[in-house]
Amino acid sequence: MKKNSRWASLYMALVLLLLYLPILVVVLFSFNANPGRTANFQFEGFSLQWYEDLFDPAAGYGAALSSSLVLAFWSVLLSAVIGTLGAIGLTRRRARKGLLARAGASALSAGEHLAMLPIMIPEIILAIALMALFSAIRLPFGMVTLVLSHVAFCVPYIYITVKGRLATLDPALEEAARDLGASPAKVLWTVTLPLAVPAIVSGCLLAFAMSMDDFVISFFVNGPQTTTLPLKVYSSVKVGVPPHVNALCSVMLAAAFLLVALGQLVSSGSLRRRRRAPVSG
Amino acid sequence: MAERPVLLSLRGLHKSFDTQEALNGLDLDVYQGEFLTLLGPSGCGKTTTLRIIAGLEQPTSGRVLLDGQDITALAPEKRAVNTVFQNYALFPHMNVARNVAYGLRMRGAPKSEISARVDEMLELVQLTGYEKRMPGQLSGGQRQRVAIARSLILSPRLLLLDEPLGALDLQLRRQMQQELKRMQQKLGITFIYITHDQEEAMSMSDRIALMRLGRFVQIDAPRDLYERPQTAFAASFIGETNLISGRAEAVKEGEVLLQVAGFSLPCVSRDWIVPGEALLLCVRAERLHLSHEPVPAPCRVAGEIVESHYAGGERTTVVRLPDGQVLRARHTTEGESEPLPGSRVYCWWHPDSGVLVRDDREETP
Repeated sequence: MKKNSRWASLYMALVLLLLYLPILVVVLFSFNANPGRTANFQFEGFSLQWYEDLFDPAAGYGAALSSSLVLAFWSVLLSAVIGTLGAIGLTRRRARKGLLARAGASALSAGEHLAMLPIMIPEIILAIALMALFSAIRLPFGMVTLVLSHVAFCVPYIYITVKGRLATLDPALEEAARDLGASPAKVLWTVTLPLAVPAIVSGCLLAFAMSMDDFVISFFVNGPQTTTLPLKVYSSVKVGVPPHVNALCSVMLAAAFLLVALGQLVSSGSLRRRRRAPVSG
Repeated sequence: MAERPVLLSLRGLHKSFDTQEALNGLDLDVYQGEFLTLLGPSGCGKTTTLRIIAGLEQPTSGRVLLDGQDITALAPEKRAVNTVFQNYALFPHMNVARNVAYGLRMRGAPKSEISARVDEMLELVQLTGYEKRMPGQLSGGQRQRVAIARSLILSPRLLLLDEPLGALDLQLRRQMQQELKRMQQKLGITFIYITHDQEEAMSMSDRIALMRLGRFVQIDAPRDLYERPQTAFAASFIGETNLISGRAEAVKEGEVLLQVAGFSLPCVSRDWIVPGEALLLCVRAERLHLSHEPVPAPCRVAGEIVESHYAGGERTTVVRLPDGQVLRARHTTEGESEPLPGSRVYCWWHPDSGVLVRDDREETP
């Protein structure tokens, strides 16, 4: 047993090392006092020069970051509404009789699987499909097309987390609310939604991270004024890696870690609350 | 009881889930202020009946009348009926006060009235001072009280309780039984109470509706249900019962002679009995007396002691009749001489203690 676990930890350490070594290199060299125009991976001394470059407005990273944030904000907001309502609608539907209702029910369950498609089909296919669609309907490429595309792949993340939470809710809670005089709309507002909030928040964090990170889809549907951060990075490294990209990656990495930690905090907080109240037990 | 006005009526209630018949034609009148218990084995349709009354389930056919008005299609939030759910279903994101206030808030009652009523309800269930606690910080018994307060704050005409004490330990259970009964009498609210615990049903109810396979087997006061069971199922579901099988002979005015293992036993007749019919005679274990001497009793059989179990104040002795039937007699251990297995013994009972019933034990829907 003990020997076994020692091998397991060694294996784990190896995997983590291989995973994080390249990232560590990037972080390390973001502090490199590198004289050249392109990154040279020989450590020549500590410097914060590249971070200074990064925050220089002329570099355009500020504009790219704000594009990314605006895009992520609208994408997550719209996805949260669509994903949450979808999850509630599909979990709380009632079995009804009749041919038409049954056909409707099977259409809904088919829709449920279709809703997951955007995160399962290859990104490049989705990107090309969206691009073709927007050109066909002559929608000018820009923030609108970016938001629509990001919503397409953000919805499933929120939908899955909210649906998972709702599935663990005791249906008696909603019945008790009805029994105490709440209309279905009031049940949703006073019982279902408040109990789903932790799941909605953690779904939103996930979707936010996905939107901030997306390159492939954004590449195909962006316009001239809407260069997002990943697109900006890509255009900077086309002709060799400028050293400030290391700094940029380090900053993005730190932001991502922060988001993940926040997400953990939210969901573990809701877990603790749930453990204190084993209502469905 | 009969002169009291009827509050709730069920008329020909049927419910099927897919192909499964859950309720098989229920008819019931519940009187105002009554404590009625739905008793039966699990899966007999108790909870479905309650959910239909609450409006959480729609019957396949049949009607529900409250105060003479048809409420079958009425949404649950529009019924003057409230429910205490099996696992309490307290809202985990609201504190005790907000849980209790929920019904009044949904009605749009003014704040001052809400807080006054919440205080009143928490006092009724002895939880004053627990307003700010979250449900997760309460014990099972306390959660139970909050659930009751939450349902009673709307002053319902009818309170439905679905095994409200099922999750509590025995001691707390007994205590809550008395408290619930006291509350019900004080408030004068009609209770429909679900349990599968026959003792609980016997001690709390004005009437018990015994259910089986989606039908009512018998609806009677606890005493009548115990003393005058209508069927073998009713007799065996409550208490420890001997069901002695025999054949009816010489049906006379008010009396039947039952032939059992060569003994001829006079029994109180029932109007549906015809001569030659195979019947069961129900005799409660504690009404069956044992004696080593032939007692001059009309209802007497003789057999051989198989075994005897000592249980402190009581003893259960198993006796085999000549035809192989086995009887169980429960009797006090005070001043007894220990029954010896293999010895011959006489079993006798008062003719009024034996009730003839039809055998419905094998029945299926």
